[in-house]
Amino acid sequence: MPILSKPGSSRPIDGVPTRLRSEKFIRFLCFACAAISILTTLGIVLVLSTEAIAFFTKSKVTPAEFFLGTEWSPTFNDPKFGIVPLVCGTALITVGACVVAVPIGILTAIFLSEYAHPTVRKIAKPVLELLAGIPTVVYGYIALVYLTPGLRTFIKELEVFNALSGSIVVGIMILPLVSSLCEDAISAVPKGLREGGYGLGSTKLEVTSKIVLPSALSGIMAAVILAMSRAVGETMAVTLAAGQTPNVTADYRQSIQTMTSYIVQISKGDTPTGSIPFLTIFAVGATLFLITMGLNIVAIKIVRKYRKVYA
Amino acid sequence: MNFLLLRRLRTRANRRWVKDKMFEFLCQLSVLLAVVILISLLWSVFSTGFGRVSSQFLTSFPSRIPQNAGVKAAILGSLWVVGITAVVAIPIGVAAAVYLEEYKIRDSKLTDFIQINISNLAGVPSIVYGLLGLELFVRLAGLGRSILAGSLTMTLLILPMVIIVSQEALKAVPRTIREASYGLGATRWQTIRYQVLPSALPGIMTGIILSLSRAIGESAPLITIGAVTYISSIPEGVNDRFTVLPIQIFDWSSRPQKGFQDAAAGAIVVLLAILLVMNSLAIILRARARR
Repeated sequence: MPILSKPGSSRPIDGVPTRLRSEKFIRFLCFACAAISILTTLGIVLVLSTEAIAFFTKSKVTPAEFFLGTEWSPTFNDPKFGIVPLVCGTALITVGACVVAVPIGILTAIFLSEYAHPTVRKIAKPVLELLAGIPTVVYGYIALVYLTPGLRTFIKELEVFNALSGSIVVGIMILPLVSSLCEDAISAVPKGLREGGYGLGSTKLEVTSKIVLPSALSGIMAAVILAMSRAVGETMAVTLAAGQTPNVTADYRQSIQTMTSYIVQISKGDTPTGSIPFLTIFAVGATLFLITMGLNIVAIKIVRKYRKVYA
Repeated sequence: MNFLLLRRLRTRANRRWVKDKMFEFLCQLSVLLAVVILISLLWSVFSTGFGRVSSQFLTSFPSRIPQNAGVKAAILGSLWVVGITAVVAIPIGVAAAVYLEEYKIRDSKLTDFIQINISNLAGVPSIVYGLLGLELFVRLAGLGRSILAGSLTMTLLILPMVIIVSQEALKAVPRTIREASYGLGATRWQTIRYQVLPSALPGIMTGIILSLSRAIGESAPLITIGAVTYISSIPEGVNDRFTVLPIQIFDWSSRPQKGFQDAAAGAIVVLLAILLVMNSLAIILRARARR
């Protein structure tokens, strides 16, 4: 619409003037709504940081003790505030979930974009979306009531609450995320690259593993990192399945506690507001926020970089 | 070509072919695995849960005796929370999307910043929103552990999603419709109000329904702001205390008695039924939008 922009004006062509005062008001209203998202971020940062600082000043715990301490017992008479056990629990769940979700997710994505008949695709995609739509508390119930008893017939030393079933259900939960993001990355690889491979007589496996996957690698990496961030923040399923025992361990048969399930544990109890155990949930929340934020930023950076390649 | 070389080539080709087929089978297997997992999960829940759902179950309050326990308070609580969340989140989310899509100024640092911020917010764990709601709505605004505080927390949680899906719907409206409207002398708001929003409506509705179904299934932020599990009265206003279905499921699942775990399965059936209805609605709307 070149007519609408004055010659030489710096205004973009889709900048149709909003002449009326009432229209300007509507525009401002819309802006205010969009600005709520910035206020939300500000609110999260302010709340977490002020309460976390309140925790550090009130409990006289130094940040070094908090981030490096290997004992977590905030409600005991002799409280210890070392977050390492909670981070370790979260890491166990995240790694376990990725072990389940990443291979299956990538293979599913390859199948859907390279092999599947359009009809199969049409059925398989909604099924995956359904998996993503099931509330996380349902996964927790399934882990606790079906998966753990089932696994205990094979693994005798498995505790009632254990990191293993927690990881498996969180893996199932993030599977649709991995597969759909990987599929996006794989279908962004230009057709010409594949055709070049086939023209040289390659099989589908060779084209997929030597041409498509390397070209889509950054997108797949971003998908995995985003899935990790989702697993880190996952709450209800791990609270139900993995237990409430802060534990520095690499043993998936044991009961552990993640950062998220600690927050749930304190929120459910009658912890008086303003007390030190109450303030810990903000310090833990701040740590959780920083970890997921870091992962998301890395993923976004990777995606941006890879978009430039084929844009 | 001599015979031996030909044979070697053929076996090599064979091996490549076999590998290729094996890989295809592996891929099929992984998809099948996802489908089998879904079906077996749902089957296991439904087989115990279905028997538990009865009119008594739907119209009773929670109880210490598992057989008498019901989900009345939880269903009503969920409906209250989702209803108020919808009332607050839909206008704000759509207006924000309109600003970002229709009023955007190209290469504006501010809109870019808002956009990046929204996608970042979508990745923040839900329990962090719970901490925000606890501080902001429960303590600072003095709303207490009420339905209103829960709904506002949920609003903040689903807003990024509502904005993103509404933006997608607005993007799908052809540029020519806007140009024709401007060409007839309509102002920007008239164009948005009478042309863009009506054409984007089915898409926006689909996205909103999906966001609200996320709100129905979400429980972590509500536990953080202090929703309780034992409610023996119907919530009558936005200032009442409340529980929601997922929290009820959480509470029953974590009890050791078999009776309560069966009740949890029953509540899951109810929750999934509500979600199924909402999702079917979204799919119907999406099909209508494509036409």
